[in-house]
Amino acid sequence: MAALLALIRKEFLALLRDKASRFVLIGPPLIQLLVFSYAATFDLNNIPFVVINEDPGFAGRQVVARFAGAPAFREVAALPSTAGVAALIDRNDALLAIHVDRTFTRSLLAGRPAPLQIVIDGRNSNTAAIALSYASDIVLGFDAEWVAAHGGASTPAVLDVRAWYNPNLLSRWFVVPGIVGLLTFVVTILVSGLSVVREREAGTFDQLLVTPYRPWEILLAKATPGLLIGSAEAALIVAVAVFWFGVPLIGSLAALALGLELFLVSAIGIGLMISSLAATQQQGLLGAFLFLVPAIILSGFATPIANMPRAVQYVTYVNPMRYLMVILRGTFLEGDGIADLAGQYWPLALLGIGSLAAATILARRRMS
Amino acid sequence: MNAGRLRGLIRKESVQILRDPSALAIAFVLPLFLLLLFGYGVSLNAEHVPVGVVAEHPNPQTDPFVATLRRSRYFDVHTLPSPAAAQIAMARRQISSFVWLRSDFARQTLGSGPATIGVALNGVDANTARLVQGYLTQSWQIWLAQLQQEQGGALAFPVGLQTRIWFNPALRSRDYLVPGLIAVIMTLIGALLTALVVAREWERGTMEALMASPVTMAEILFGKLLPYFVLGMGGMALSVALAVFLFAVPLQGSVLVLAAVSALFLLVALGMGLLISSLARNQFVAGQIAIVVTFLPAFILSGFIFDIRSMPLPIRLITHVLPARYFVSSLQTLFLAGNVWAVVLPDIAALALMAAFFLGVTLWRSHKRLD
Repeated sequence: MAALLALIRKEFLALLRDKASRFVLIGPPLIQLLVFSYAATFDLNNIPFVVINEDPGFAGRQVVARFAGAPAFREVAALPSTAGVAALIDRNDALLAIHVDRTFTRSLLAGRPAPLQIVIDGRNSNTAAIALSYASDIVLGFDAEWVAAHGGASTPAVLDVRAWYNPNLLSRWFVVPGIVGLLTFVVTILVSGLSVVREREAGTFDQLLVTPYRPWEILLAKATPGLLIGSAEAALIVAVAVFWFGVPLIGSLAALALGLELFLVSAIGIGLMISSLAATQQQGLLGAFLFLVPAIILSGFATPIANMPRAVQYVTYVNPMRYLMVILRGTFLEGDGIADLAGQYWPLALLGIGSLAAATILARRRMS
Repeated sequence: MNAGRLRGLIRKESVQILRDPSALAIAFVLPLFLLLLFGYGVSLNAEHVPVGVVAEHPNPQTDPFVATLRRSRYFDVHTLPSPAAAQIAMARRQISSFVWLRSDFARQTLGSGPATIGVALNGVDANTARLVQGYLTQSWQIWLAQLQQEQGGALAFPVGLQTRIWFNPALRSRDYLVPGLIAVIMTLIGALLTALVVAREWERGTMEALMASPVTMAEILFGKLLPYFVLGMGGMALSVALAVFLFAVPLQGSVLVLAAVSALFLLVALGMGLLISSLARNQFVAGQIAIVVTFLPAFILSGFIFDIRSMPLPIRLITHVLPARYFVSSLQTLFLAGNVWAVVLPDIAALALMAAFFLGVTLWRSHKRLD
């Protein structure tokens, strides 16, 4: 036991030996947490639009005023005709153009459908879809007011929409818990992905092998720093998410901690597996990258797994990040406890055990 | 710079690349693998969203509404017996929202009205929730318009809203994500290709051998840059071909402009990698810095997936020092909108400036010194 502790101590020293290595473990994750949490949002709060109001009547002005008054919209130009619109949209100066036809007021008063045209830049399809739904809400509001003031069919049924878990649909509440997982994941994979191969390249791994340590002890010692550093960093990031960004954490802390630890074990196992397979540090780094990048993009962090094709959805079952995302969002927003998340825990545990065993076998086989 | 010596160095570097398959793998296998995986895997289009419907008293009044939901390609309708059952299904993540038609629906719609259609969304994924809300509103409008057509009477929606979506009329998220993905992938490749090579020479001690020879530092750096540049452009060509022929993303702009922007971006990415590796001189640190300053910012801050226009001002300012931001903007415009010079020229200018900066600083920081 004392010998094992000495080995673990040596691993910590190797990892934290020089200033640059210490810094890359602690500095960038914190900076990224702050920058990314502010940056990663799907909410639109600044939709630049251009107005072409050809309607001489009052209704055209009213509908334009509704857009100009909406907090998410910002009028950048008013043009007399559609001539300059293409240039403004091409240049990204305006996201959408609202064109009020010259018969707008007349048609409304006559009870005919009043033409209102919206041209929108579809280059970013998600922004376009959200902006269009905002615009259609504004038009619906105008419709309701018009019907109330000038008579017309009263709507037989109205929608009453409530969003659970995130009543104001803030995408920050969705993204920041995801970033907790993202940064913890990157740090642990980097720490563990190079640990074996670095020693192998330096030749000191052979020296370790001739000591009385068993392969699993060597691997355990290599896993420990990642586990401790990962846990500490995750705790810090969770604290920042709650106290700085004000994301509610209404679920059980124990469920969150259990999920994070299980995730760390499986991430470290995969990192050590990559490290044991690699012959050079370059290969180790490449392997870590090749795992890290798809694991992040296919985790449900930014784009929902439900939108992926079936085949890709099956692939995500071996991705520990997939389970962590559910655990993080479940505990933060949905108030989940340990029992609710059992379906996420056991795959993580299985991945952890499997990858650690594989890493031990691979490290041993490489020895002979 | 001596042409003969430079040629020699380029040959040495090329032989090294060909001998060690990892560089070739980075340049060709990596983009292939990543683009296939992400091109198919990354989508923001929510379709077949599982929606629960609770009709407390199904009757001729509620049926048309439920039928409208069923006809929408965005929804997979699950009929549930009661709001309590819907709540449980929601907590188990079997449905992501539900619609509740109360028992007085028929009476209200026919009589004093308006009836309230309760909609509960799972708001955890706020973006998807908002899209679903939009689709539900659409279905509701279709239902009302049909009702009005059948029964006559005044218009429920006096304004006839017509929308025209330019550049991507079907709002296929793949068309906007794939060009951005190319930028993310090229960022990775550029940094990976170079970040490791110089640091490796330092670690192995072969840099000292190079220094003892009469070659200048500039020659060493250019000798490293050129072969990797050719490799990177090969990877880029492969990515564009995949985007156009496999994912059917329209390429509206000219190939020549695309090649020019890509070449500039690759110079920036390689220059950044060279700078990182000549500063770090250690593969562990170089690799970590490469991931931290290239991949993650390119993923989150470049406009590839999160719209830069929605970010707070300080973050928008930060994105301006990010080469990937200019590349993503140019790629999205060149693919979907065409040669819009007002977008592409500023991007080219920014990338040229950055390329000059990174290569200049690398040159300035690299001395023939061993400490």
